[in-house]
Amino acid sequence: MNLLLEIGNGVLSITAMLTGIGLVFAALLIARLISPRSFSVKKSEPYECGIPTRGESMIQFKAGYYIFAILFLIFDVETVFLYPWSVVMRGLGPQGILCIAIFMFVLILGLAYAWRKGALKWE
Amino acid sequence: MFNFGQWTAAFNNWLMGLGTPEWLGITIECVLIAVLILLTYTVLALFYILYERKLCAWFQCRLGPMRVGPWGLLQVFADMFKILIKELISLKDTDRFLFKLAPYIIITSSVVMLACLPWGNGLQIINWNIGIFFVLAVSSVGVLGILLAGWASNNKYTLIGAMRSGAQMVSYELSLGLSIITIVVMAGTMNINELVLEQANGWFIFKGHIPAIIACIIYIIAATAETNRGPFDLPEAEHELTAGYHTEYSGIHFGFFYLAEYLNLFIVSGIASLMFLGGWMPFHIPGWEGFNAVMNWIPSIVWFVGKAFFISFVIIWFKWTFPRVRIDQMLSFEWKYLMPFSLANLLLMTLCVAFGWHF
Repeated sequence: MNLLLEIGNGVLSITAMLTGIGLVFAALLIARLISPRSFSVKKSEPYECGIPTRGESMIQFKAGYYIFAILFLIFDVETVFLYPWSVVMRGLGPQGILCIAIFMFVLILGLAYAWRKGALKWE
Repeated sequence: MFNFGQWTAAFNNWLMGLGTPEWLGITIECVLIAVLILLTYTVLALFYILYERKLCAWFQCRLGPMRVGPWGLLQVFADMFKILIKELISLKDTDRFLFKLAPYIIITSSVVMLACLPWGNGLQIINWNIGIFFVLAVSSVGVLGILLAGWASNNKYTLIGAMRSGAQMVSYELSLGLSIITIVVMAGTMNINELVLEQANGWFIFKGHIPAIIACIIYIIAATAETNRGPFDLPEAEHELTAGYHTEYSGIHFGFFYLAEYLNLFIVSGIASLMFLGGWMPFHIPGWEGFNAVMNWIPSIVWFVGKAFFISFVIIWFKWTFPRVRIDQMLSFEWKYLMPFSLANLLLMTLCVAFGWHF
């Protein structure tokens, strides 16, 4: 049941988004009005772990995270394919189940390949 | 059950009856909705902060906040006010634009998700026909905010924290999505309102028996990881990474991450109660007419919020029961156990639906 009988979900979603943006904006505005401000060189340094930062901080980091991100991309696209199927699954009959079983077999094969290749190992 | 839609319809009729032009009516209603969302958001956040602090205290045989107000009830207001009057420190060498953009993304994604939840009979704001998919899509936008916050802070620890968080959230999103698909297969719809109505004659966890219970367990584990809590709180492991991705944020900027974290806890609990525990549907036992009548008498909003608080309690319970996992354990647990299990569970559920083995 929709709260607004005539208004579409798009308008409502945009309203919710604007609410979020407005919340952050308003809170920041209030904080800027009532919070103290002072400037010093030491204060503007990153806290990090308590001692002065050494060198650049926006640096290259472990490649392992990228591998998981790529794996996620593959499997996420495949789960997106599963969504429409899951809604109409009842109407498709045995053929639909067979097709999705093959699809999922290929999916698991991909996971097994990544596993075998050592992509899931963290070192 | 009482339908809250009557109130909104009556209000709508009253507003139109005054002779307001349509654009004005829509604007007024949108503003009212925005105010409602804001109120819910802040009240829930304040409640959750106290809820978690008290529960954590009780799990550790402490009293928790007791000094401010009776039984510590005013502690959260004091905390919020304190966080508002703290200085917003601007750091040098940060990526200024991304640094300020990150809280907007995180808060906005959680507000939109909150607006999708079915609070009661007729109490739902956004009701897409792909509802649950929309919620998942919006939830994955929140990861971007965390990654941006960690990257823009110009701090090596926040970078590590954000990367860990990104890897963890994208990994566990798969099993989260698969366990939801398992339920969608049984329900045959993605519309949140229809999902709840489908459970009028039994919650999905009872209707789908074995596969639904497995899906529920997988969902709760994945949701714990998705909200960076419990044994999976290594993105903000305070012993290794100071405070994780929000170390460099100060004042209310930090408060936004704090708010979003608690709201995400409520939202994942709300989705769990919607997908498995019947949303706002009351608990019925077939044949017990008197019992069912009493259950029907409890308002639908109490059912929904009560179930969500219960799931949140379980997730907070995890935090004090299991020690923190390492990153390699966390990733291998997802990819080597949870993922294959949830795929197998999906096939099991498909078979159950195909052969009519569910209720």
